[in-house]
Amino acid sequence: MLMKLYEIPVGDWFEALIKFFKTTFDSQFDAIREGLGFLIHQLEAALMMLPWWVMLILITALVFRRSGKGLALFAGFGLLLIQSMGLWNETMLTVALVIVSTTMALCIGIPLGILAARKRQVERILRPLLDFMQTMPAFVYLIPAVTFFSLGIVPGAFATIIFAMPPAVRLTQLGIKQVPEEVVEAAQSYGATPRQLLLKVQLPIAMPTILAGVNQTIMLSLSMVVIAAMIGAPGLGRVVYGSIQAMAIGRAFEGGLAIVVIAILLDRLTHSIAQKRK
Amino acid sequence: MSKIEIEGLYKIFGPRAKTQAMPLVKKGKSKAEILKQTGCTVGINDASFQIEKGEIFVIMGLSGSGKSTVIRCLNRLIEPTSGSVKIDGENIVNLPPEKLREVRRKKMGMVFQKFGLLPHRSVIDNVAFGLEIQGLDKNTRLEKAREAIDLVGLQGYEESMTQALSGGMQQRVGLARALANDPEILLMDEAFSALDPLIRVGLQNELLELQARMHKTIVFITHDLDEALKLGDRIAIMKDGEVIQIGTPEEILTEPANEYVRSFVENVDRSKVITAGTVMEKPYALAVNDDGPHLVTRKMKQTGHSTIFAVDRERNFLGYVSIDDSIELTKKVPLAEDDQAKRNIRGIIRTDVATCSPETSLNDLLNSAANSKMPIVVTDENGKFKGIVSHVALISGIAGDETSETEVCS
Repeated sequence: MLMKLYEIPVGDWFEALIKFFKTTFDSQFDAIREGLGFLIHQLEAALMMLPWWVMLILITALVFRRSGKGLALFAGFGLLLIQSMGLWNETMLTVALVIVSTTMALCIGIPLGILAARKRQVERILRPLLDFMQTMPAFVYLIPAVTFFSLGIVPGAFATIIFAMPPAVRLTQLGIKQVPEEVVEAAQSYGATPRQLLLKVQLPIAMPTILAGVNQTIMLSLSMVVIAAMIGAPGLGRVVYGSIQAMAIGRAFEGGLAIVVIAILLDRLTHSIAQKRK
Repeated sequence: MSKIEIEGLYKIFGPRAKTQAMPLVKKGKSKAEILKQTGCTVGINDASFQIEKGEIFVIMGLSGSGKSTVIRCLNRLIEPTSGSVKIDGENIVNLPPEKLREVRRKKMGMVFQKFGLLPHRSVIDNVAFGLEIQGLDKNTRLEKAREAIDLVGLQGYEESMTQALSGGMQQRVGLARALANDPEILLMDEAFSALDPLIRVGLQNELLELQARMHKTIVFITHDLDEALKLGDRIAIMKDGEVIQIGTPEEILTEPANEYVRSFVENVDRSKVITAGTVMEKPYALAVNDDGPHLVTRKMKQTGHSTIFAVDRERNFLGYVSIDDSIELTKKVPLAEDDQAKRNIRGIIRTDVATCSPETSLNDLLNSAANSKMPIVVTDENGKFKGIVSHVALISGIAGDETSETEVCS
């Protein structure tokens, strides 16, 4: 009885908050759902427009130009493997989901990072928020995502964006803060405006660090793919999640393998771009 | 009007600088006391001085003396807490951001201790940075940048990345960047402090050469007294945010304002700073070329010297006459004809004597002094006789025996 007195109903409050958001911003959530859904499906359609073997050649060629022979070889064989496992369509859908989520996460995360690097108040507010976003188990995002956007690919994208954004913010901020004080002073002493300082000095020098953040964001989005399948997001995640539920261990492994191939490709590709910038 | 005028400049770092710390500073509390009471750090404490057009003004002090803060107040990289900074008579402390940027763009170039170069750009794009910021088109700015690169001797490195260069080369890039816009004022914040000693001396010499051609107004920060004495037309010495003494290198050395400055200058190689003009003496007597040998011989006998320096009526230096030559000549010249035109000493003036200008350092005189028993003659740029530096004066000048040098010369 005594213990009961000290129980703080945090959970109830959170539920009430989510319900409040749902009822107050329902039309906005609808708009977001339609917008995100539209983006993902357009991208998916674009990726599937060409026959698989044309895409395979195109991607391999792109990888060859960006990172050289080794990775191009890996890309060719990896994509061939995906096709032969019958997972091409699911893979393209997952890639579409990852690209849209990552882009959104970066569009929000990088400006936030810049702001945090320039204004201490922004940093002060963002820091605990980012800690929260990074450490809260990803599953917990799923329920509000469903509440706001119902089932399907859009709540999956929403949860992915939230989950994948922190490194983009953190590494952008870090990159800008690491620009040597004297370099910033030099730019100012020659009469640079704050905008020139940002575009000509801070961002270019911070770019390798920011790209490391982009890489992290992509990797986190991919890792969220399977979890997002729990709320109905289609793609490779659903293959894995569905197979687990059906105890189809072979199929689950195939789905997992496809994710690994995509992950390695995207990681090495972004990494090589970051390296070239240095 | 001075190029830069600083009046009652204060900078106090900390959140309650203006409300709490300033009153204490004005009451004359020490830096340590103020830090303890308010948590504020006094960066500059009531600095006032003028920097003249075309001079190299060195601000010297140890770390924490506030010298770097002062130079940053000149272009407001650091905002002064109070006081005024006038450039060409315009107080820049209250300028709105656009006006301040205009001053920074047009009037000054800054060189930094750790160079402050943009690592993602080539040498020429670094040099052109200030011009790019101003919105000059690409061709114009690259052309100007090339000129600046030529000035600092970096031809051939235009397309190199700066990080591939040595420290000395990087600082040349920094200097070229500052010169690219041909600003009137150069702010150099410990510009050579991060370099190896040999490279540093090389760049100091180049800066002096550049300055002899370009006549910029240079504010140079350093913690190195030798550097200050070498470069500075005038030097301001700072300690704990206060300017303790301002003067020419010789004034700093010969008349230190207090114990602190004295202890500073104690170990300086005086021979490089003290000049011939400071230690030179007036000779006891001079021979004029129209004098006859009898008169000249008498002059030497009176002063007890075996030689006498000779000038013409306009005091242009000619050489010297030895007593042997003079006595020889008296035998051929009757005393009555002594000062007639044909019977003077012109024929026996010897010229194998070392001369120097009043600005020559004592160090540069040592060689000449070692090779001759004669004093060294000081002449001005037109060849007019100014005085002589005897061996005794030279040695006492180097040793810092102030009484002999200040009283004898006039």
